[in-house]
Amino acid sequence: MTSQPTAGGTPPALEVRGLVRHFPGPGRSTVRAVDGVSLTVGRGEVVGLVGESGSGKSTVGQCVVRLDEPTGGTVRIGGVDVTRLSRRRLRPLRKDFHLVYQDPSASLDPRMSVARIVAEPLVLHRLARGDALRSRVAELLEQVGLRPELAERRPHELSGGQRQRVSIARALAVDPLLLVADEPTSALDVSVQASVLNLLADLQRDRGFGCLFITHDLAAVEFLADRIAVMYLGEIVEQAPAAELFTAPKHPYTQALLSAVPVPDPAVQRARGGSPAEGRGRIVLHGDLPSPVFPRTSTGQAVGYCRFHTRCPLAVERCRTEAPEHRTLPGGRQVACHLVEDDGTAPDAARPRPRTLEPQAPAQSADSTTDVDRKP
Amino acid sequence: MNDTAGSTAVLRVRDLSVSFRGEEGGDGDVHAVDGLSFDVAPGEVLAVVGESGCGKSVTSLAVMGLLPPTARVGGSVALRGRELAGADEKELRSVRGREMSMVFQEPMTSLNPVLTVGRQIGEVLRRHQGLGRREARQRSAELLETVGIPDPGRRVDEYPHQLSGGMRQRVMLAVAVACDPAVLIADEPTTALDVTVQAGVLDVLGALRERLGTAIVLITHDLGVVAHTADRVLVMYAGRAVEHAPVEDLFATPRHPYTRGLLDAVPRPGGRAAALAEGRRPRLREIPGLVPGLETQPDRCTFAPRCAHADGLCTSRRPLLQAPAGPVGERPDAPHTAACWHPLDVTGAPAEATEEAAP
Repeated sequence: MTSQPTAGGTPPALEVRGLVRHFPGPGRSTVRAVDGVSLTVGRGEVVGLVGESGSGKSTVGQCVVRLDEPTGGTVRIGGVDVTRLSRRRLRPLRKDFHLVYQDPSASLDPRMSVARIVAEPLVLHRLARGDALRSRVAELLEQVGLRPELAERRPHELSGGQRQRVSIARALAVDPLLLVADEPTSALDVSVQASVLNLLADLQRDRGFGCLFITHDLAAVEFLADRIAVMYLGEIVEQAPAAELFTAPKHPYTQALLSAVPVPDPAVQRARGGSPAEGRGRIVLHGDLPSPVFPRTSTGQAVGYCRFHTRCPLAVERCRTEAPEHRTLPGGRQVACHLVEDDGTAPDAARPRPRTLEPQAPAQSADSTTDVDRKP
Repeated sequence: MNDTAGSTAVLRVRDLSVSFRGEEGGDGDVHAVDGLSFDVAPGEVLAVVGESGCGKSVTSLAVMGLLPPTARVGGSVALRGRELAGADEKELRSVRGREMSMVFQEPMTSLNPVLTVGRQIGEVLRRHQGLGRREARQRSAELLETVGIPDPGRRVDEYPHQLSGGMRQRVMLAVAVACDPAVLIADEPTTALDVTVQAGVLDVLGALRERLGTAIVLITHDLGVVAHTADRVLVMYAGRAVEHAPVEDLFATPRHPYTRGLLDAVPRPGGRAAALAEGRRPRLREIPGLVPGLETQPDRCTFAPRCAHADGLCTSRRPLLQAPAGPVGERPDAPHTAACWHPLDVTGAPAEATEEAAP
């Protein structure tokens, strides 16, 4: 397991071990939304948790901030096990972790002024009052780039980008150890998204909080994260430093995911492999993310196969009969795939060996370059 | 000014404007689209790009004649030379679904939950092509196969809730192309989908264009999707076209400062690693300021308040789309035009306004 280098043995901002969140499914079934997730966010580190809808990434975030009760596993924040604490015991610790949601118009109280929204955590934790409170709020608004005259406005009078800045100011008001940001820029326009990402990067650098950045946006995560964990169907399939993950993804799912992201550059798109008819060198996965509903009999037991085998262009018999273990490769990367060798040699999902697939399997021209060529 | 596709255009939009009556006691009318012109040729994908509120979706609804009666639509929308602006509902109905069709962002709200997908595809066929029940079902299954749905014989009898998001959007595409329309308008067709699913749906769009020669108007905010799918791009800002160019030219040498800003705002693969390697702090470029309100149609550049290169000319006269001086793009048949008094040159520097540039 990666234990992040932390100064002088201080515990990391966040340590999640074997996190499980199951929901009762229809009939005799179980929805395995999160199924054995372990990850660490060091102090001052940004870890990106990426995955498609239904992969369980948001449920991880909800469990981390204890808005949801994990079925199993532990969550430690700054070394304190918060998994089973009662609401009362948890309350004073809540200043150590904060959440920023995707849609600020739904997470800000429409009847409160911006100043009151930002002041609320400080008041609740009795960290400031009177003039000290007012000056702290003014300082926070300035830090997130909001003009002082906006303090008396209400959320509906602000633009989407400004509202998200208010959420960030509120989250950082109590100087948390850990910020969980769940799709903080997904509802924003491109140009506004850029300014919020810049702001998060600046604040993180200046304030040094740990950040779990949950998103489906690979471009945003590459910009912000030091390390990235890729989730698929309730499980982390690969974890690596951001630059390594983008230049040399090991897991076939990560490879497919990265190759599917349209790059805003027609020249790069062309270089990925010829005309549109040839699919431009992308690894096209067939079908959608399967449902995380499993027969109830298997609750508590590990799933006996690789969850990605139904869509994996490289799947072999072993993938259907045995779950891959989460292995740490030399250099500290982690991957859960039978086909990745112990020395880190990974298969290339863009060049599957001939096998009987659907007829519309993407035709790869022999010289098609893959995303591995996208060097920084 | 905009004869890119010449006489071959199937869809020709000229000087389209749409305005809505403002609220009582509000700031007046809202001019959602202001003087927009474009052509689309068979088998061509024109991407209309812009941020929320720029008027791209209103444009698509205006072209389809789907705006509510409260909207005031001006200008011309011609489909194969036939004028649709101001046409009555009966005429529009005979065109919609048969000659021109549309796909929306969220397939679940466009599909009827209580009808099988076969019935919904068949409805179009029976109405426009007069097919019988059995023939329509047969043809529906074929269409499902065209859009890449495995096991179409079974899927044709399923209901929308039994399908995944990507499959539903494929069904929408099947409905849209059932009558082999000349023009398909796709409004953010992949925005609600995951990237791995999006890739498949974009491939279907590409295949339809290639096989059926459909002209596609792709409305999107995603520059990655544009780079992947489009032949030509129209960039909109605050209801107006600010740049119109072949896709390669637009991405390689954007002439309008707003386009440049949009392109720079998107994180690039490897951008952070490159910045860190050079000891720089990774930054995305921001466009300062906010999108203006649409209550006026000012006789000036609407981007001027946010533009670093704006001067007195920009704030006193409205620039029109025209080809900036300088080298022609890769395709002389498809000119690169920008609505800017000081269009950026290849190096990204703003040009001096020339006298003949004035309209």
